[in-house]
Amino acid sequence: MSELWWISAIKGFVIINIVLLTFAYTTLLERKALARMQLRYGPNRAGPYGLLQPIADLVKLIRKESFFPTAAIDIPYILAPVVSAFTALAAFAVIPYGKGWQIWHYHVNGVVANVPISLILIFALGSIGIYGFIVGGWASESKFSLLGSMRTCAQLVSYEVSLALSVLGVVITAGSLSLVHIVHNQAHSVWYVGPQAVGFLIFLISGVAETSRAPFDLPEAEQELVAGYHTEYSGMRWGLFQMAEYVNMITLSGLAITLFLGGWHFPFAHGVDFLGPLWFFLKLLVLLFVFIWLRATLPRLRYDQLMSFGWKILLPVATVNAFVTALVVVWVN
Amino acid sequence: MSPQPVDTLKGFGVTFKQIFKKPITQQYPEYKRPVYPRFRGRHRLWRHENGLEKCVGCSLCAAACPADCIRVVAAENTPDNRVSPGERYARIYEINLSRCIFCGYCELACPFDAITLGNEYELAEYDRDDQIYTKDMLLAEPIKRVPVADAELYDTPIPYYRSHS
Repeated sequence: MSELWWISAIKGFVIINIVLLTFAYTTLLERKALARMQLRYGPNRAGPYGLLQPIADLVKLIRKESFFPTAAIDIPYILAPVVSAFTALAAFAVIPYGKGWQIWHYHVNGVVANVPISLILIFALGSIGIYGFIVGGWASESKFSLLGSMRTCAQLVSYEVSLALSVLGVVITAGSLSLVHIVHNQAHSVWYVGPQAVGFLIFLISGVAETSRAPFDLPEAEQELVAGYHTEYSGMRWGLFQMAEYVNMITLSGLAITLFLGGWHFPFAHGVDFLGPLWFFLKLLVLLFVFIWLRATLPRLRYDQLMSFGWKILLPVATVNAFVTALVVVWVN
Repeated sequence: MSPQPVDTLKGFGVTFKQIFKKPITQQYPEYKRPVYPRFRGRHRLWRHENGLEKCVGCSLCAAACPADCIRVVAAENTPDNRVSPGERYARIYEINLSRCIFCGYCELACPFDAITLGNEYELAEYDRDDQIYTKDMLLAEPIKRVPVADAELYDTPIPYYRSHS
């Protein structure tokens, strides 16, 4: 199913705008949900129920002085948040959000770029995003930033291994690396969260660690390291790092939905599948709420607890999960 | 992660239930918490019943102020211009509210009960120069009143010089 290049371009543009809007209102959702779980109101002054708060934050960040430390190395300092934000957004190019539609006589795919190895592409982009954090902290030429970025990247790299291994079970079950095929297969059999429950759990935990969210948010704990790798960033440059973090969160939720929760399909009833993007978005909201719920409930893990958990517990469990899935698939066929 | 995963899941239940409870935040402009009767807010200069100002310009308050924010310049009372019942009055009396620490030492130091700290705390201005309150501003009643808690509820006595607050 090939489509014209300019339809892909328009689709990409629309998707990026929707993702950025989701990012903005995820910040508001996080503040309000976190507040309600802590028996207080979230922001409720900026607009009705605080709905204009993200716009207020955006205006504040743009008008703030993005200072440039004289000691910072020019090009990597400026490019680091750009790299992180770019890779976080680019992962959305391969996440399917609907089946194809016919608009007039043009065919519009349900995904911006249908690549046969889209799962590997997403992991590759995630790994490149880590470069943004390393380089950002190192190019800031500050002790706190350097230490913070080293810790962040050690954490991210450790949990990336478990992340990749946890989806191996899904790949073996579906027989394909293409996200479109995986979603398609889940419509015909059961959603992979059933047979791959362990994989789903590992994916969620590794995902929370990948995006430096609580309880793994040691890189951003102000009490520990000032602000870690984004200490020397301010204004919109810091805004880009925040955007990279939240869009990573949205991407991982989207990936979890695609791999385990049936993508854009409605459970059981298949007649309403033409509203694919809506079901995808609703599942995304549920998963984002789970991320926020985790942040409200759990205390932070200490760094050595974090690393030992990632290497000594998650990695063996993910490996065993992949191995057992492979055995079961070979035995069934 | 934790040795008792069941307890962790119960923790999730607790945070989830909190969403449906009413938040305990007091929303400020709509609800203003009543201040105690002896709350140290904005300063007020007082007059006697016959209209003469109590302040005689002795500047004991300025001497007592830890933040050095009171400026008193005294002038003599002439027979045709009698402002205070003493020999002199405060011609210039200014308090810089951006420097004031609202400790109440000026109120304790004044021998004539001329200055007390009232209950007004909504003192925000857009410009630092507007924070310097002159004598007529201090003599005047507050423009908006803040809610004050009922004095009968507290059994600490109100001293004489605050009985007219």
